[in-house]
Amino acid sequence: MTLNQQRKLKTLVTGLFAWTVALVLFFPIFWMFITSFKTELQAISIPPALFFEPTVDNFRVVQERSDYVHHALNSVITSFGSTIIALIIAIPAAYSMAFFPGKRTKDILLWMLSTKMLPAVGVLVPIYILCRDYGLLDSRTALVIIFTLMNLPIVVWMLFSYFKDLPKEILEAARMDGATPWDEVVKVVLPLSVGAISSTALLSIVLCWNEAFWSLNLTASDAAPLTAMIASYSSPEGLFWAKLSAASTLACAPIVIFGWFCQKQLVQGLTFGAVK
Amino acid sequence: MNNTIKNAVTLTVSLSAAVIAVNAAAQTEITVATVNNGHMIEMQKLTPIFEKANPDIKVKWVTLEEGVLRQNVTQDIANKSGLYDVMTIGMYEAPIWGERGWLQAVDTSGNYDKADILPSIRDGLSYKGTMYASPFYGESSMVMYRKDLVEAAGMEMNDRDSWDHIRDVAAAVNDPSKGIYGICLRGKAGWGDNMAFMTTMANSFGARWFDENWKPQLESNEWKTAVNFYVNLVNKYGPPGSSSNSFNESLALFNEGKCGMWIDATIAASFVTDPKQSKVADQVGFAQSPISVTEKGANWLWSWALGIPVATKNVDAAQKFVRWATSKEYIQLVGNTNGWAAVPTGTRSSTYANPKFQKAAVFAEAELKAINSANPNDSTLKPSPYVGVQFAAIPEFQAIGTTAGQMVSGALAGSMSVDQALKNANRAADRQMRQAGYY
Repeated sequence: MTLNQQRKLKTLVTGLFAWTVALVLFFPIFWMFITSFKTELQAISIPPALFFEPTVDNFRVVQERSDYVHHALNSVITSFGSTIIALIIAIPAAYSMAFFPGKRTKDILLWMLSTKMLPAVGVLVPIYILCRDYGLLDSRTALVIIFTLMNLPIVVWMLFSYFKDLPKEILEAARMDGATPWDEVVKVVLPLSVGAISSTALLSIVLCWNEAFWSLNLTASDAAPLTAMIASYSSPEGLFWAKLSAASTLACAPIVIFGWFCQKQLVQGLTFGAVK
Repeated sequence: MNNTIKNAVTLTVSLSAAVIAVNAAAQTEITVATVNNGHMIEMQKLTPIFEKANPDIKVKWVTLEEGVLRQNVTQDIANKSGLYDVMTIGMYEAPIWGERGWLQAVDTSGNYDKADILPSIRDGLSYKGTMYASPFYGESSMVMYRKDLVEAAGMEMNDRDSWDHIRDVAAAVNDPSKGIYGICLRGKAGWGDNMAFMTTMANSFGARWFDENWKPQLESNEWKTAVNFYVNLVNKYGPPGSSSNSFNESLALFNEGKCGMWIDATIAASFVTDPKQSKVADQVGFAQSPISVTEKGANWLWSWALGIPVATKNVDAAQKFVRWATSKEYIQLVGNTNGWAAVPTGTRSSTYANPKFQKAAVFAEAELKAINSANPNDSTLKPSPYVGVQFAAIPEFQAIGTTAGQMVSGALAGSMSVDQALKNANRAADRQMRQAGYY
């Protein structure tokens, strides 16, 4: 086998492997999508129905029963709102830790990350009582605050990882030209980090969009996002898979389309700092 | 001129504000938390009729998965948050929460006709004679079987057959090569899943959860015999993977024509006889739950009911809504709108006396018989201190029942012996009861 043939074979094997992994990962989403076009009986049939007459009846039922726009709006407001606040807090924090590290910077970073290891249910009761006492139950404000706090460690970490790879000489040159710390952040660091910030924002939005624990526990009707809408289609007594799939498809669609358009930034953001 | 414009603007703004204020003050908004069951969804659809008759009340709905609903409403009621004005609760919660003073007593005055509510359901939702939740629909358990398969196997089914007979029928009908299994039973762990069924079966074998001193009895011979019988029956004649099946999975199997028999909630009768859902709708027969040594507690009793938390600020509006949703008139409304086979059953005697319902629901007689024969105050052969057929209405039961469910499910899956499973479950129950100060 020639070197050229070996290379081609390697590319073929790698390609096949990548496609297999991609198909395995994508399969549940595909199955959810096609189940949403089945009747309830087709959805549970064994062996599974692969060829069937599609129906949009489940989507009609979801539209009739749930106020999709209301839930979607709540998802947009809470995920975008919390991401913006998280970025406002995280950018200066990451900047100071990346360019002016102190003795305890590493400890602080580790401590921030460690808060992600705490099971959410461990703080459910105190947070629920706080929300009750401040009249924040079933409000978007509560979700925005919780989502911000929840994603802040990840946002700070991602931005910190990027900022620390920026050449310090650029900042020194700016300082030589009389730039204040505010100028450094706004006029130098931010323009250089647009890619990193947008990918961090994207990741934070996706995490907030998919969050279910706090959404289900702290909201009822007014502030309930799409995750709460999906949960309402599970039934203890009765067939529900087709309708649940339709609700899930509708809930996933906006973020999947959004992610599709922004996948370049997302991949870039997830891999920055990975290859030196 | 300027003054005239100013006055006109001031007047318009004041009038608009007054109109808005009057409207806001006139309409009371109530939030109803519920589960996604067919009957509940229908209630949601018919709510505009209630709102039209009561223009001062607006109803908002929160539909949740059963586990999430339980967690949310418990959190809400225990913390007196007032997030929900009406909550869907079960027969397990109603007496416990009523005793703690967390629920408003049901307003049964006027034409509500409390006497029309089936006595066992009414008792199950009461504490010391006071009803704390209004039944929206009720259920017991019974045998649903394939008449064609049983007949082809040369067997016969009767009310209150013995468990030995059920095993023989299951063996005769069982034909895995054709994808038909003798019997489908719950196996998924959970106090409301496998243990609801297992407890009724154990009751009929003479078992009880606790003795008169609240000592757990899961290691008794009665429990051992019952669980061994169940494990052998399901492993021999049940579908593969039964340890992860509950109501919905068994319903799917039965509707697909893969079960010879299925013992589960009576509410399933309306699904398995519906040709839109079931491939075997015209072949289903019904019989009362099987027994071993006693009829006591052989079939369960449950009701999804509407309760009003004491923390609600809209008691009157909530009471009005609950009275409407659980009234005879509501059942009439559903019957006229969606057909009599679709009405919420298991709550009122008048439903079963209605000829239109009797004609539409082939399962009506069997369901009523099952509900009437279940007595939550006397569900075990030996005396027991608790109320409830398939559960003990004490706060500790959820944890005890779920642990026992995990053990029984483990025994069914073959990961441990029945004796070991019951020993573990008993030990966990004993620890829980000691910690709670029962002895």
